[in-house]
Amino acid sequence: MGMTITEKILAAHVGRDQVRPGEFLMLGPDLILANDITAPIAICEFNEIDRAEVFDRDKVIFVPDHFTPNKDVQAAQQSKLLREFVKEKKLTYYWEVGRGGIEHVILPDEGLVLPGQVIIGADSHTCTYGALGAFSTGVGSTDVAFAMAVGEIWLRVPATQKFIFSGKLNPWVGGKDLILFVLGQIGVDGALYKAMEFGGEALKNLSQDDRFTVTNMAIEGGAKNGIIEPDEVTLEYLRSRTDREFEVLKSDADATYEKIMTIDVSGIKPQVALPHLPSNVKPVSEIGQVLLDQVVIGSCTNGRMEDLRTTAKILKGREVDPEVRLIIIPGSQEIFEKSLEEGLIETFIKAKAVVSPPTCGPCLGGHMGVLAAGEKCLATTNRNFRGRMGDPGSEVYLSGPAVAAASAVVGRIVGPEELF
Amino acid sequence: MILEGKIWKFGRDIDTDVIIPAKYLSSYDPKELGKHCLESLDPDFSSKVSTGDILVAEENFGCGSSREHAPLAIKGAGISGVVAKSFARIFFRNAINIGLPIFECPPAVEDAKPGDVMRVDTKSGRITNVSLGREFRAEPYPQFIQEIIAVGGLIKYAEKKIRKKI
Ligand code: SF4
Repeated sequence: MGMTITEKILAAHVGRDQVRPGEFLMLGPDLILANDITAPIAICEFNEIDRAEVFDRDKVIFVPDHFTPNKDVQAAQQSKLLREFVKEKKLTYYWEVGRGGIEHVILPDEGLVLPGQVIIGADSHTCTYGALGAFSTGVGSTDVAFAMAVGEIWLRVPATQKFIFSGKLNPWVGGKDLILFVLGQIGVDGALYKAMEFGGEALKNLSQDDRFTVTNMAIEGGAKNGIIEPDEVTLEYLRSRTDREFEVLKSDADATYEKIMTIDVSGIKPQVALPHLPSNVKPVSEIGQVLLDQVVIGSCTNGRMEDLRTTAKILKGREVDPEVRLIIIPGSQEIFEKSLEEGLIETFIKAKAVVSPPTCGPCLGGHMGVLAAGEKCLATTNRNFRGRMGDPGSEVYLSGPAVAAASAVVGRIVGPEELF
Repeated sequence: MILEGKIWKFGRDIDTDVIIPAKYLSSYDPKELGKHCLESLDPDFSSKVSTGDILVAEENFGCGSSREHAPLAIKGAGISGVVAKSFARIFFRNAINIGLPIFECPPAVEDAKPGDVMRVDTKSGRITNVSLGREFRAEPYPQFIQEIIAVGGLIKYAEKKIRKKI
């Protein structure tokens, strides 16, 4: 019987030919991840384990990104705890503020994520790495503590749902529009506990950056993981990032899917998710009049090079509406530097945007652009739950970078074609 | 492991805020959390529970936040296990990780009345409603999950694993 790529990766990690959905497995993850919010809890629990040592210094990675550069005393203490643990246990990989960025942006860019790996992280958007053909999923702090000490994680094999993108992409439509569209169709629990496998001709035409956006938001459909079979685009990205060896796994033609959904992308225009659910999605043309106070372009969803290039294309020679605060956050120091070299930062600043250092920042209402009651924000992030970016009385809309940049210029939510 | 106790029955979509309200989360002590377990549905719940009693609920038990305090509170109240029609995914994970045995078994829930005596064999997945004299079967857990539950959760299980290696 055929297997999906997700099933194959899990089977390979337990040394078996076959696994079936629903089965419990205990297996060894290739990377274990936590951030400045979740690592302190995991460290506490790890310290409760009598005589615990980190099982492999190369495989445990802590990234300070949520409230860094430290937003207050408590955040400073959390980061310090994380930093001291990294030093004490001599963990191999660590990127200090000024060298790193958002976890899900830097891990692939540093060449640490490979196809066929199993990656767990105490962060729900760990599912991002599926864009490179890895199985990656968010778990709890206790799971991370256990995995750090023992080198194992228990998982249940998810059934797979397949999403096939066919047809030709419309102008200004990117990965964010595709995943928002899917979420609008299936709802926030449409893929509960499942693997979301994305494929199809239209997906093959997307850049690697756009693919990270797609898998990043699998969790917004309730999924355990999102995954894309590696192709030439992925292999080229990997070759530029690492010379480590890996095996590329693909789904069998006769693999069993719980559900297959084919989506003709030629009918998809730029999409926006309205408050307060990522599945509350409409095409931008049907949004009506939404005046904005703030626009945020960044995050582990859309803070990559392609996103900033798209943003610059729209902002070049224009200015942000005087009533709007536009905050642009490169996802990592490397992306910041490249944006500087390509002249993007200059375009942003001349357009009267503020450019923040790499951080999660306002995405979870931490700092660098928290909202007041009654304020409306359009963000390229992944969650628009009530109060996500500040006061519970504020409203967050979600879109890709093209709609976000154009809307910052106009002052209300619009599609980019309005400017051209 | 055999669990046996009186049934406490609840409806569907019992969320983590109902299981343990957020205002008590500053504690991580199961006994302390247990005192407030399900208090918004039954203010005297924790004082009425006898150690070993079994909680029975409809669909989607434990939905809401990812807090591990929820299964801890149930355990701390003296409940030995939960049988429900279905569980929210994160609650499921958290319950096993803190060593609270939980079982999905819709027919056993259907027939259960508050106050009935229920017996659960955690190894075989056999669930008996002693009062009614009826037997049901839940999917048994693999050996390692049973062990995690038996030793009292993932942290204890880690210690056991580490000691074995030494
Ligand atoms: S950018 Fe936002 S969604 Fe991504 S890891 Fe940071 S807080 Fe989470």
